[in-house]
Amino acid sequence: MLNPDQKLNPNLFDLAVEQRTTREGFGEALVELAEKDSRIVALSADLRDSTRLDLFAKRFPERLFEVGVAEQNLAGVASGLAAMGKIPFLATYAVFSPGRNWEQIRTTICYNNVPVKLVGAHSGLETGPDGGSHEALEDIALTRVLPRMTVVVVADYEEAKKATHVLASLSGPTYLRLVRDKVPMLTSPESPFILGQANILWRGENPVVTIVACGSLVYHSLLVAKKLAKEGINVLVVNNHTIKPLDTKTIGDLARETGAVVTVEDHQQAGGLGGAVAEFLVQHQAVPMELVGVKDCFGQTGTPAELIEHYDLGVEAIMTAVKKVLERKNN
Amino acid sequence: MLPKNKIDFLMTQAKAIRLSIIEMLVNAHSGHTAGPLGLADIYAWLYFEVLKHDPKNPTWSERDRLIISNGHTAPVLYAALAQAGYFPTSELKTLRRFGSRLQGHPHREWLPGLETSSGPLGSGLAQAIGMVLADRLDTDRTSSRYFYAILSDGELDCGATWEAVMMAGKEKLHNLIVIIDRNHIQIGGDTEVVMPLEPLADKWRAFNWQVFETDGHDFSSLAEALDQAKGNFIQPAVIIAQTIPGKGVAEFEGKFEWHGKAPSPVEGAKAIDEIKHHA
Repeated sequence: MLNPDQKLNPNLFDLAVEQRTTREGFGEALVELAEKDSRIVALSADLRDSTRLDLFAKRFPERLFEVGVAEQNLAGVASGLAAMGKIPFLATYAVFSPGRNWEQIRTTICYNNVPVKLVGAHSGLETGPDGGSHEALEDIALTRVLPRMTVVVVADYEEAKKATHVLASLSGPTYLRLVRDKVPMLTSPESPFILGQANILWRGENPVVTIVACGSLVYHSLLVAKKLAKEGINVLVVNNHTIKPLDTKTIGDLARETGAVVTVEDHQQAGGLGGAVAEFLVQHQAVPMELVGVKDCFGQTGTPAELIEHYDLGVEAIMTAVKKVLERKNN
Repeated sequence: MLPKNKIDFLMTQAKAIRLSIIEMLVNAHSGHTAGPLGLADIYAWLYFEVLKHDPKNPTWSERDRLIISNGHTAPVLYAALAQAGYFPTSELKTLRRFGSRLQGHPHREWLPGLETSSGPLGSGLAQAIGMVLADRLDTDRTSSRYFYAILSDGELDCGATWEAVMMAGKEKLHNLIVIIDRNHIQIGGDTEVVMPLEPLADKWRAFNWQVFETDGHDFSSLAEALDQAKGNFIQPAVIIAQTIPGKGVAEFEGKFEWHGKAPSPVEGAKAIDEIKHHA
């Protein structure tokens, strides 16, 4: 059942659950931050409306720098601003940043060790109708391997808001992953958000599998937990918003408790959340594991729901993965 | 025009920088020779005439900023920094050694006096622009600081360089001054063979920059260009400094083969002798 300590949205399982975008959460939080701290500046690469940097641009036009369609320059200019004591947020689509400008992020931001805040909107299959060229399925992998980088994937609007505030306060480079579409409001303003601390959203009695999810598929994982409970299979659902630094304490403890783990993400199976969890568990608490993610291919045009279904990331696919890992655990 | 005693002083500094470069490279058994020798005069001019800085207080906030985009020319930077007093010249012989603060390409966190960590080409100008934009916000356009960026000509192949060139023109960053080490070589050959850059001055003008073409070994013409650049309050400035790669050692001069290799001890001894007696 839902963990009461998490103060989740009580209407979470309603069909008519309220939905909002994570981009809005980010855009609103950035304005809140900038009102209190003059060091906050923002950079746009000609996508200010769809990243919701427009909210910041309207309120603080002097502190918004437009670089045009030039993501390499975006990273370098942000690095220079940070070197002079600013806290720059740069937001664009994830395929372009950290995609196109990865080397500039590596050298001028991470190697140079300056507090630039990257925001990748339009990540994952949920980019939908724009098609495979724009569906960033590799961005967690690209950022996670960079020394000094903190990587956060948010599950809903409220979490995006909280994450934006927390990431601004860190002294190093960070990556915040957002999606294009509206997603169900799972959490409430009162829900806890502590960087590097995974949240247990659902705990069945004597759980037999731990589902570790991130991003908008946390919602699907909760739907799975509810369905499986009716079949007599009790699981844990963890919202692992911080990919790096990974909450190894919680994940290790829960892997030990349940003896099996399923990871769930709208990203390539390779290099993302599943990769991070597997790298840790295989060295410290090896248990059977299944990775729900995109299987080494590109996306295509469709609605987010169609794509999540087609690429085996949805409720059915997660249920299958849970049953499969259980079978492996019991053999 | 700079007074003669000033020119003599700068020539002495440049000569000492060249000697250090050869000694460092011979010791390190690897590194870049041509670019650093060709830049020795410009570095002497910057560190001993132009820059507002304090080697005893490298983080002084009112200092001018010098951003090195062509990190592979690190030996000339290190030699100039040591000579200016940022660290002991005896440390120069540790270049490229394990544990040395003198990393193969400059790392900001390892050595005082560095504004950025660099190496991969084409990123320095963007970083300089970010710094100038921050400066403009902080000073409400009344800044007394200048931001200098040194670029190689080879890195003008990078699209990222031109993204930055375009943006500096758009933002009218008048206290940004770029110096291009126009030595006409890059690692694989002549710049005009690998990827033609000319007409280079016209390209920068087209992006709304003020352009100066100078001899990069002539302190007076460099100073004259800089004076004019500082008198312009609506455009960034670029000084295209014509330099001779390997300058000061006849055997190295003008040869792209010396872009990325270090002299042997025998070649180094000959070079030192030549610099001491002729350059």
